[in-house]
Formats: sequence, C-alpha cells, structure tokens
Amino acid sequence: MAGINQIVGLRRSTPGAAPHGSFLTGRILIILFIASCSLFITAGAQEPVSGDSLSIVPSVAPVTSLIAENYKYDDGENLVLTWVPSIDDRPGNDNVIGYQVYRITNGGKPVVVAELLPGANSFQAKNLLVDSSYQFYVVTLSGKTSSESARTAITRTEREWINWNLWNLMLITLVIGGAILVYIETAKRGKKLFVRKIAGLEAIDDAIGRATEMGRPILYIPGIQDMDDVQTLAALTILGRVAEQVARYDIKIRMPVSRSLVMTAARETIKASYQAAGRPDAYSEDMVSYITDEQFGYVAAVSGIMVREKPATVFLLGTFLAESLILAETGNSIGAIQIAGTARPAQLPFFVAACDFTLIGEELFAASAYLSGEPRALGSLKGQDIGKAIAMVAIVLGMATVTLYSLTEVSFFKTAADWLQALFTITSD
Amino acid sequence: MRREIPLGITIFVGFLAIVSFFSPPLEGLGEDFTLFFDIIAVFAFFLGGGNLVRIHADKLIKRKTDWIYSIVTLVGFFGMLTAGLFKIGNPGDISTSVTAPGSLFSVVYYNFSLPLGSTMYALLAFYVASASYRAFRAKNREATVLLVAAFIILLGSTPFGTMLTSWIPHSFDILQIPNLAVWILSSPNLAGQRAIMIGIGLGVVSMSLRLILGIERTYLGDDRG
Amino acid sequence: MGDLRIIVALFLIGGGLFWLLVRAIRGKEVDRRLIFVFILVSVAAPILFTITFEMKPTLVVQALYDKIENLPAGSKILLAFDFDPPMAPEVQPMADVVTRHVLAKKHKAIFMTLWATGQAQFNITLEEVIRKDFPDAQDGVDYVDLGYKAGNEGVLNVIRTDFKKMFPTDVNTVPWDSLPILKGIRSCSDFDLIISVGGGKPGVKEWVLFVGDPTRVPTAGGVTAVVAPMLYPYYPGQMCGLLGGIKGAAEYENYFRDNHPQYAGMDTPAMVMMGPQTVAHVVILAFIVIGNVLFFVTRRKEVKR
Repeated sequence: MAGINQIVGLRRSTPGAAPHGSFLTGRILIILFIASCSLFITAGAQEPVSGDSLSIVPSVAPVTSLIAENYKYDDGENLVLTWVPSIDDRPGNDNVIGYQVYRITNGGKPVVVAELLPGANSFQAKNLLVDSSYQFYVVTLSGKTSSESARTAITRTEREWINWNLWNLMLITLVIGGAILVYIETAKRGKKLFVRKIAGLEAIDDAIGRATEMGRPILYIPGIQDMDDVQTLAALTILGRVAEQVARYDIKIRMPVSRSLVMTAARETIKASYQAAGRPDAYSEDMVSYITDEQFGYVAAVSGIMVREKPATVFLLGTFLAESLILAETGNSIGAIQIAGTARPAQLPFFVAACDFTLIGEELFAASAYLSGEPRALGSLKGQDIGKAIAMVAIVLGMATVTLYSLTEVSFFKTAADWLQALFTITSD
Repeated sequence: MRREIPLGITIFVGFLAIVSFFSPPLEGLGEDFTLFFDIIAVFAFFLGGGNLVRIHADKLIKRKTDWIYSIVTLVGFFGMLTAGLFKIGNPGDISTSVTAPGSLFSVVYYNFSLPLGSTMYALLAFYVASASYRAFRAKNREATVLLVAAFIILLGSTPFGTMLTSWIPHSFDILQIPNLAVWILSSPNLAGQRAIMIGIGLGVVSMSLRLILGIERTYLGDDRG
Repeated sequence: MGDLRIIVALFLIGGGLFWLLVRAIRGKEVDRRLIFVFILVSVAAPILFTITFEMKPTLVVQALYDKIENLPAGSKILLAFDFDPPMAPEVQPMADVVTRHVLAKKHKAIFMTLWATGQAQFNITLEEVIRKDFPDAQDGVDYVDLGYKAGNEGVLNVIRTDFKKMFPTDVNTVPWDSLPILKGIRSCSDFDLIISVGGGKPGVKEWVLFVGDPTRVPTAGGVTAVVAPMLYPYYPGQMCGLLGGIKGAAEYENYFRDNHPQYAGMDTPAMVMMGPQTVAHVVILAFIVIGNVLFFVTRRKEVKR
C-alpha cells in the first residue's frame, strides 16, 4: 500500500486544498479529483516492478498445533514439543526444506535451538532449568521464504522424583526384595528353613582336612576383579569361613590377588578369622600378596605358585575370564583338590571340566549363608526362591500365550503375551 | 566404631544407589559413586605396589628361594614406572601421552608385555585338549549327552562336519552336523545359559541385600555375620 | 615338495593317534605332555605348510553372500567396523572379504565405526583391500570413511533419522554435501544394506535393535565365534545373514573366491587359520575317543576283577 501511495502521491491533489472562489475552479478540482482516483485505481492494477517489495512470492504454510509439554520423567531439564507439520511439507513437494525451533527463555531474545529436516513433528528441548520459563515457536523454511508458527504458552519444566516408566521394575524389585526381607524376619523368629545340599560347599571341610594331612598349604584365588564386583565380595565372605578352619587346623593359606583393595580387605578378613579361631599370633600379612592387575601376568604368577608350592587344595572363587581354564588345569596337573565357583556362565564349563567341585552361579552367592547357617542369611535364600518361582511362572505363561496365539490366532492370547512382555521390558523413556 | 562406620556407609550408599535408579534427580549419583570408587582404587594401588616391592626386595636381600626372579620383577616394575613417569623416549615433552608411538613405555609394552600375554592366552589351546581328554567320558547318562553334544559342536566347527553329512536331504537339513551344532548352541545351550543367568541375577539381589543390611559382614573383617 | 610335507605331517599325526589308541585299548593312560605335543604339531603344521580346506558356506553365510551378490550395482551399503585389535584375528578377515565383495559388485561402500579402535582397523582394510585390489576406486565416489563417533547407542539413535547430523564431514573433514557418494542419504533408511562387524558392545545386536529392526533395512553381521550363538535367533527375522567366527569368515572367503575367479590370488587369512583350527579340533576329537576307549577298557577290567 505504501508503494501504491508513493506512485499515486505524485498525482494526488494537494492535501488540504479547498476550492475557493469561482464555480469553475471547483469543477476543475472535482475533475482533477476524479482523474486522480481513476489513476489510483489504474496504478493498483499495474504489474509490480520486479525487485521491490511489491513482488508476490508464494509463501509457505507454518506448522500448526504447536504444543510444549513437560517431558516425563526427568530432573526438570527437558520439554517436548510436538506440532503438525506444514501442509506444504508432503512427499513430492520440495517447498519445505526444513524447520527451525526457537526458544525464548524468561521472556528474552529468541534463540535457535534446533534445525530439523522436513517431516519432523517433534523435538525434545534439553538442558533446561527448573526455575525458568520457556516459550517456543517453529519457523518453517522454504527456499526464499519462511513462516513462523504461533508461540506456545509460557511453560516451565517439572521435576519428577519418581520415574513411573519403570513401574514394572519397581514392582518386581519390591516383590522380590520384600520376599527376601519377609523370609529374613521369618528365619529370625526361629522357623527352620530347608536348603538343599550343595556338594561343593560340603566338600570344603574335607578339602581343608586333606591339606592338613598332607601338610601342604591352601591356595585361595578370589577372582581377578575388584571390590566393586559382587562375586569378589562373595569370595571374601567364603574366605572368612575357610580361614577360620585353616587357623584351627594350623595350616598355611596363600592368597595372591590381582587388586590392591582386595588385598586390604582379604587381610582384614583373614585376621578377623584367626582372631575368632583364637590364633591371632599365627596370622601374618604375607598370607595375602598383591601380584599385578594385568590379567595374564597374574595368571602366570599364580600358575608358578601352584607348580612350585604344590598346594593340596585350591579355591577358585569369584570372577574369572579367559584364564579360568589355565588356572584349573594347572591345579589339576599338580593333583590338588579344586573347588571353583563363578557367576560367569561362559567360564562355568571350564571349571566343571577341570575342577572337582563347582559352585554354579547363585550357589556362589548362597555359600556364605550355607556355611554359616545363620538364620537371617538362610532366610534371604528362601526369598530368592520366590523370585525364581515368579520367573518360572512367567516363562510358562509367556510360552503358553505365544503358542496358543500362533495356533488359534485369538487376540486375547496376543494381548496377554504383549502384556507379559511389557511387564518384563525396561523402558526408561 | 571400626565396624559401624563402614557398615553405615554401606547401608546409606547401597540404598541410595537403588533409589537413584528410579529417581531422575538422583540418577547421576550412581555414576558419581562409581567414580569415587575408581579414585579410591587408584590410591589403593600404592598399597599393592608397595607390597609387591617389599616382598620381592625381602626375597632378594635374604636370598630366599628363586630370589633371581625377584630381580626380574623389580627391574620390570621400576623400569616401566620410570619410563612412564618421565616419558622416556616420547616425542615431545613430558606432557605427551604415556603411550605415544616411539616411547620406551610403548616399545616395552608392545614388544614384551603383549606377546607374553598372548603366549599365556595360547596355553588355552593345550589345556582345552587335555581337559577334553579327561572330562568328556561317558561315565553316566548326563556325561554321555555332554559327550555327544561336544562331539557335534567340535565336528561342526570343521569342514569335515559338512563333508560327513552333506548327503542328508534338504528337508532334514537340521540333521546336518553344522546346522545341528548351531541348533545346540542357539537352543538348549542358550536356554541353559539364560536359566543360569536368571539364578545369578536373583543371587546377586539376595547377596547385595545381605551386604546392604549388614547381615553379611565378613568382608569387613567382622566374622559375626 | 609342499604336498609331501603336508602328507608327512598328517601321517605323523594320524599315526601317532593310532598308536595312542592301541595303547588305550591295552589300558595305558595318555600322558598329558603327549597331548600337548600333538596339539603343537597339529597347530604348527597347517601354519608352516599352509594346509587349507575347502569350505562350503552354511545357510547364514550364504544368505549374506547372496544379499550382496544380488543387490543392483550402485547400491549403498553401510559397513560398521566395531571391533578392536584383540578381536581382529577373528573378524578382520570377514571385514576384508565383505569389503572386497561390496566393491567388486560396484556397490557404494560407506564405512563408519562406533569403537575408538575401529578406525585403525578400517585403515588396515583400506591399505590391504581397497588400495591394493581397487586402485581405481575413488574416495568420496565409490567409498567413503566417515570415521568414529562416540556415543554408542546414542549415535545409532541419531543416525536412524538424521545421518548428516552425526557425521557432517568424513574422516578427512570433507563436508557431507561435497561427497557424491552420500547424495540422497538422509538417514539409515536410505541404505540398501547395513553390515556390522564386531563382537562386543556396541555391536551387531545394537545395530539390529536400534537401526535394522525399526527401519526395516536389511541388516547383517560378522562376529566372533563366542558371540554368534546369541545372534542366531535373530536370523532370518531381523538379520539377513551372519558370519560367525573364523569358520564363517573362511566359508565366505572360499565361496567368494570360487565365484569371483579374478580374485583367485587374494589373501585368505581365515582359510589359513581354519587349517590349524580344523586339524586341532580333529586331534581333540581323537583324544576324546581315545579317552573313552580307555575308560571302557578300564571299567571292563575292574568289573572282571
């Protein structure tokens, strides 16, 4: 309109001019006024001059229905934007080349936070602050033009203290953890709990007795991992029981370790066991020695110790990797009785093949409870069995529903199978 | 107090680690605690290294059995420590990476340590043979099943397995030894492994709860569990 | 002369095993040191005398071969080198032979890795396969190396929908838009085949879970022998082929060489490694038989007594 006015302005009557005097002057002015009006109308119908802002360029439609919502579940750092893409953004139409997402923080200046490809209809805004307010808008980009969407309402992030997406894991944790705690309490009240015989643990006394008869030491290997591995802790709890027996029978125990923290903890454990057995004088720090963190360097050293000192009994309890067979076979070659235990399924076959007794997986964790016979510890084993029962029922149900669906194609079975799968699937998003 | 403080820390950190998994604001704590452990473990290295030096120096000084090998240990230990600390042979100054190509540290590592590690790893080939000879005997029903399965899998890993059973028609190709080996590994073997892993998972939960609740305290040097 | 040495070596091994069998029938135990000697010979002889065996591809290996073979020329194939030096003896041969096959069929090869050590492993393939066997192949036109990106599954989540966002340039900092081979590629959905080579995490399983299955792009893998059993269940639903361990690599090398005679002289490290593996396995099987013979003979003697 301003451009039109510029053209017309050259021909417009002088503003404020009023006809004074003769009738002729008035008529001339009216004619001039009509002429200028017609010129005004004619000018409006002219083709626009190229290069000026009168050019009509096809515009691109903006996105619509832009909403900013709180992202569930987080520490108040995220918002999720969703929108309906521009109607010009469709297959075969190259009009839309992308989108830009703008963010306004606390009413400040807009900042580009994302550039997205055509087809995008959502964006997760990250690294936001809980105590700030945000507004967003999306700019649709075409080759030469762009269009801005309406701004979202002012939004704040929310901090959720519980991630309810993990409801299934919470439920399972509460059920299994609760069962363990209930059985611990039950055991504390004196109820006798049955635990099946574990051959490897029954053999510990005999193995230590053998070492006593032969006058040879016991070699104890707690695996190659550090104190943050639960298998190492399990190995150390068994060590306490074994060391007490060793102290009573007055035989030597030798414990080369591959981690410094394990060395420290093992020394404390053996010292306490010797004290409990009434033999604090017989304890020596040199019973536990650090070798090296390097896997095969440690294995070479332990193999050398086995071949030179020829222990009568070898305990291989904890986390082992490729070296499990090397240690087990070397122990077998010197005629030692070997009791092994690990929770790494890949190494179990080697121990089963080369050792006299093997604690398979959970038996390693049950060992300390089994050996001590302490009611609370035994109660925890019982609670563990509840977890196994749940797993077995779920496996049978899952198998049944999937099989029945594939045979009958009844949708109920599919729904049941999907629900079961969802129950045991962890999604944190 | 000597037992109560570590126990208190265990209980607090244990429960916090569980809760942090379910609580977004506390999520980073789990990673922080792992970092704390790594830092403590590094400091503990001084204890281990010091113990190693003390034992071998004692052996050397008192000329105990095999004292000559203690010289090897001590020379290796101090040699690598010096090479790494002072970046001997590194291109550039002391701020370059300890494993920069051409450094004495990396030369010794790649020419001594790695080949020695590979040599130890290679021992497995011999031990697998001797363990197989001793263990795979048809003493009872279960051992016979194990023997047959091992036979099929070993044979399936060689071209002879294909040669021996290539005549089996396509409709029964599951009975061809390589396919049978794949089936054994991916069906009964995997099922057994998964069952063991479920048991292990539950065992870890039970053990961890015992540790967190202080029922299990042997690792602290307290024998009263 | 070479054949004579092979025959002598195999005769020695076979004869020795027969002698041990006779001893076992007589109830004599085998000293473990003898077992070690046999293993030493059975591993050393195939390496020294290059004993190789013809290998027919198994179903999962054949499936991957057929997939690459039957894709139209110019198909875009993404190859991920997700392994490190300890795994390399098993998986580098498969990475090399698959690369050779892809370029021989005039497909476009886009390389990347999720492992920091993967770039060094790709450089080996670049020198030993691409530059040697395909000197006319142009970087940026026939193949491109996008390099390493940290982030594990996070990287896969991004490239599933926006590849350029994660790799704005190739490993030589040439911008994405300047690389003709990448024209038309916006996301993983624009590839005709994805092949991941590795045996750890992130690896083939992650590629299937985060990219292959959601985008329905055919995905295949090459893994170490230990990991392969975990991935068989994914074939043929989520994976279109799988190379498991040295055997898988050797089968592929053999089949490729037989069907592409112009590469008859190519290096076949997996087939060479199958030599000691095969002979050693046969020797172990023989010892298992000898051990059982001894067991039954001894048991019979005890029963008689």
